[in-house]
Amino acid sequence: MPASAASTDVIIVGAGPVGLFAIFQLGLAKLKAQVVDILDRPGGQCAELYPEKPIYDIPSVPVCTGQELTDRLLEQITPFEPVFHFGEMAASLDKTVDGKWRLTTDTGRVLIAPVIVIAAGGGSFVPKRPPIPGIEAYEGSGVFYAVRKIDQFRGRRIVIAGGGDSALDWTINLAPIAQSVTLVHRRPEFRAAPDTVSKMRALEAQGLVKFEIGQPSDLKGNDGKLAAIVVKRPDGSTFDIETDALLPFFGLTMKLGPIANFGLNLNENLIPVDTEKFETSTPSIFAIGDINTYPGKLKLILSGFHEAALMAQAAYRYVHPDKVLRFQYTTSSSELQRLLKVA
Amino acid sequence: MFVTVHMPDGTSHRLEALEGWRVMEVIRDWGLPIKGECGGACACATCHVWVGEQWVAKLAPPSSEELEMLDGAFNVDERSRLCCQIIMSKELDGLEVELAPESLADTPAERVAVGG
Repeated sequence: MPASAASTDVIIVGAGPVGLFAIFQLGLAKLKAQVVDILDRPGGQCAELYPEKPIYDIPSVPVCTGQELTDRLLEQITPFEPVFHFGEMAASLDKTVDGKWRLTTDTGRVLIAPVIVIAAGGGSFVPKRPPIPGIEAYEGSGVFYAVRKIDQFRGRRIVIAGGGDSALDWTINLAPIAQSVTLVHRRPEFRAAPDTVSKMRALEAQGLVKFEIGQPSDLKGNDGKLAAIVVKRPDGSTFDIETDALLPFFGLTMKLGPIANFGLNLNENLIPVDTEKFETSTPSIFAIGDINTYPGKLKLILSGFHEAALMAQAAYRYVHPDKVLRFQYTTSSSELQRLLKVA
Repeated sequence: MFVTVHMPDGTSHRLEALEGWRVMEVIRDWGLPIKGECGGACACATCHVWVGEQWVAKLAPPSSEELEMLDGAFNVDERSRLCCQIIMSKELDGLEVELAPESLADTPAERVAVGG
């Protein structure tokens, strides 16, 4: 076991609403959880896709937004002191010599636990890739979907594509260090924060940023070295921008990702489970929420909450095979109320 | 009423549609592989279609929210719509849409397309 490996009772993949509520249910069973999520914050689709959209079908909550639901779940699980690893993707899964699961993330973090819970929704959120033939050949050399080291772009010619906050923030942040920054967007309006748009316009007025209306339609270069991007104007005509790097920011999309290689049975990118424990084809690996499938499955947050509760009962038996979990109600159990830090 | 969907692989499907349903739902429920990640909330741009030229003016114009979300789609032009925002009505019987490649789901949905 590497020195950096952290041991816990349950590793949860996915910090969406169902992953968060799993922490609660596991917590009532005195099971500790560590959570891995590729996003930089909790909430999953609720945070990434519809933080401000209303949800009307949470029992006893007539209406709340995706962000409010996330915030309330975080409040509800606070007593259980979950450990989150944000911005990390669950990359591989194997067994330790003593029969536990070892999950490694794409940053090299190693987590060890007897139980795995996959609450990964529609999979990992990954940047949308422009449908330009051959773009893969430039990824990492001339096409970048994130800025990991700003210095990488010092003195370079850069084209940024997109009209949201990421595109404009990086336009503003890279303008002082790049040789040139050209922002390419399909229309003169932006959906970024007004203050950010003003800053970008100011840089444009000073000649520090060039703004072109259009959409990237092709790439030119050799052997993975980007030379230019072809931009299509709204009228269909095209022009080239010579550049060292293209940074496309068109938002995120969901891909199943490395979970497909975890050795689980899959059915059309979903993980079949039983409806008693929500366990996968591999004992002690559970799948709850949108990522699972079973006869009659409905992709509702509500269903995921139920699945989390039943999963926790079965998870307990793996973590404590010699003990019996007594079923109790939070309303009447002083033991559960101590766990919840209300008694 | 019917909607004809042209897929990125070149196949075309004539799908029966119900009044009041979103075109994204029609495509999804017939089992064609459309992403539609946000489930129809106009929050993801993964149900991007190009509508047939003659249909552009017949559709209710896109909301500012839809135009903003289209910023997350590719090769957007005046025929571009998020098909979760197109509600089927008698006037749209015969609508033709072409699914944008980025809105194609990785694998087919569980149900098999049975559109004629």
